[in-house]
Amino acid sequence: MSTLTLSKAIGAGLRRAMETDPKVVLLGEDIGKLGGVYRITDGLQADFGERRVLDTPLAESAIIGAAVGLAYRGYRPVCEIQFDGFIYPAFDQIVSQVSRMHYRTKGAVRMPITIRVPWGGGIGAAEHHSDSPEAYFTHTAGLRVVACSNPQNAYTMIREAIASDDPVLYFEPKRRYHLKGEVDLEAPLSGQSAGRSQVLVAGTDVTVVAYGALVQTALDAAAAAEREGISIEVIDLLSLSPIDYAPIAQSVRRTGRLVVAHEAALTGGVGAEVCASITERCFEYLEAAPVRVTGHDIPYPPAKAEGHHIPDLDRLLDGIDCALGRPNSRSGMGAGS
Amino acid sequence: MQLLTPAGERVASPEYDPWVGDVDDAQLRDLYRDMVVVRRIDTEATALQRQGELALWPPLLGQEAAQVASARALRSDDFVFTSYRENAVAYCRGAAPVELVSVWRAVTATGWNPYSINMATPQVVIGAQTLHATGYALGIQADGADAVAVAYFGDGATSEGDVSEALVFAAAYSAPVVFFCQNNHWAISEPVTLQTRGSLAARGSGFGIPSMRVDGNDVLAVTAATRIALDRARSGGGPTFIEAVTYRMGPHTTADDPTRYRPPAELDEWRKRDPIVRLEAYLTSRNELPDDFRAEVQAVADSTAAELRAGCIALPDPDPLSIFDHVYADPHPALEQRREWYAHYLDGFEAAP
Ligand SMILES: Cc1ncc(C[n+]2csc(CCOP(=O)(O)OP(=O)(O)O)c2C)c(N)n1
Ligand SMILES: [Mg+2]
Repeated sequence: MSTLTLSKAIGAGLRRAMETDPKVVLLGEDIGKLGGVYRITDGLQADFGERRVLDTPLAESAIIGAAVGLAYRGYRPVCEIQFDGFIYPAFDQIVSQVSRMHYRTKGAVRMPITIRVPWGGGIGAAEHHSDSPEAYFTHTAGLRVVACSNPQNAYTMIREAIASDDPVLYFEPKRRYHLKGEVDLEAPLSGQSAGRSQVLVAGTDVTVVAYGALVQTALDAAAAAEREGISIEVIDLLSLSPIDYAPIAQSVRRTGRLVVAHEAALTGGVGAEVCASITERCFEYLEAAPVRVTGHDIPYPPAKAEGHHIPDLDRLLDGIDCALGRPNSRSGMGAGS
Repeated sequence: MQLLTPAGERVASPEYDPWVGDVDDAQLRDLYRDMVVVRRIDTEATALQRQGELALWPPLLGQEAAQVASARALRSDDFVFTSYRENAVAYCRGAAPVELVSVWRAVTATGWNPYSINMATPQVVIGAQTLHATGYALGIQADGADAVAVAYFGDGATSEGDVSEALVFAAAYSAPVVFFCQNNHWAISEPVTLQTRGSLAARGSGFGIPSMRVDGNDVLAVTAATRIALDRARSGGGPTFIEAVTYRMGPHTTADDPTRYRPPAELDEWRKRDPIVRLEAYLTSRNELPDDFRAEVQAVADSTAAELRAGCIALPDPDPLSIFDHVYADPHPALEQRREWYAHYLDGFEAAP
């Protein structure tokens, strides 16, 4: 066991993958000499050389497009997109090429590409440095999408993502980079990029599903609710595509109430998918309509106002009250709220 | 191209001198004043960041000549599209000091109304604005006007696909646009040699666009190059690519630590080519920088900095509900409902004991 921050855990996972597989190569802006703007790749270029850790020119489409070529040639590229909001120049390569190559070639060509994305808000950043673009990718068949939430799963999941023969979008909650935790560096890999959600806290009254940075908020909510005698079950999705619904459905069959939380906008978000799928599976068990606690349907606002956009503990507790039919901000308001 | 050496000596150039024939000592003193003032703004903003009043600041230290001389060559009806670092350009276009920092205080997404100073909100997505300038130029062309669109961008930006596509469009339509690339030698930690093995000006030529490489720390050379490009664009000659060779003497932003990647000797080398020192030397050698003028410039710089500081600190946090403003131009019922709900949600806190 080692005590690591989430960011160091990702770095340790990258290092481990590079040590065990010579085909693993890293590409990204400022990831070499600087070690990345978040220092995730610190020291890797010094140890593995410039052929395996490439500082790339400023061209996101080329980072991903070149990874496609490297994958064609048998490599296992790990791309860093410097910030969530700069993935869009690479969108075409990801959606039109990376996601479909295996399908198009009838399985002949594999795309074991990992795309690391420092992700989400809450850090007081400039525009385009706080986006939550995950739903664009969960909507795209052929991609796996995962989101880590603590040092242990960050370490294990980056290794699984790299080992996966499918392309994986790996979202890293920036505002949890400094979160510390015990990491078992020998924890077994599941053999495929994480396809399982995880019950973090068992509870009986409401099922709260979260991922990424909001997992911590959900844990805080469970602790706060407990003080009021309410028992929350917290589930970390970990994998956003595919989603492992079994633990969630089992939970909702017991609690009858579901709250899903994310920073990303409401409309067309992962929360919508979870609510629909769980309603399909658990309709007759539901005691109340599922509740989504999410960012608003707005562009990410100036950082001084970001606390009004991304859900915090109070917003989540309010959503939990709503699911429980207790007085809450939506009481007496239309479904639009 | 260089008309003023780093030591401040005037170099004659039969080709370029005619373009700056009217630039007398009085005009040079104006450029000098601008450069000193923007450096003071830059220093003050850096200090404000260190003191926690700004979230971040991208210093332009060392790039004053490239930005001031090019911006001062423009007409007010020209339209400018820049990146985040062109704060001296914004100052010359007429942005108030506080408007330069409000975005970096994270209280607004734009410091000014773009139409008020004919300058777009500075772009954060590297290279994207070059396409916007090109499109704006197509509009000027369609209107039969003789204004010019100017795109400012960095050396790193030249690698983005958007910039290549902008050059393709501009060349294809002979659009009245000037591509003003400040090669400050670094894109965060990446040296310009990673973006190109040759000169950046060759990028322009490669797309069939007349291109120039100028000493970006030389106000006269930058003035000449910009005027040539503007003249070509106004007279139907199409786009020009200018590579202004300069240097980012500070960090990428206040969040950056350049000692991790930049050889200290390189910075020392460029200190000797400081654009302000150079103009100072030239004007002094001509006895055209008297003490009373220097004192006046210092006073303007200090009062501008004071205005900036006071304005910055007085900037209020955004109203919570303002985050729902301006998402759409036309009414959007779902968003209105969301705003209503959020207002109601906030009221709940007021009502709480
Ligand atoms: C599309 C995109 N990718 C990455 C970034 C992150 N980033 C911000 S500034 C920068 C370097 C830009 O270098 P350059 O174009 O030379 O401009 P300079 O900062 O030197 O003025 C990078 C990579 C970004 N803002 N946009
Ligand atoms: Mg640069």
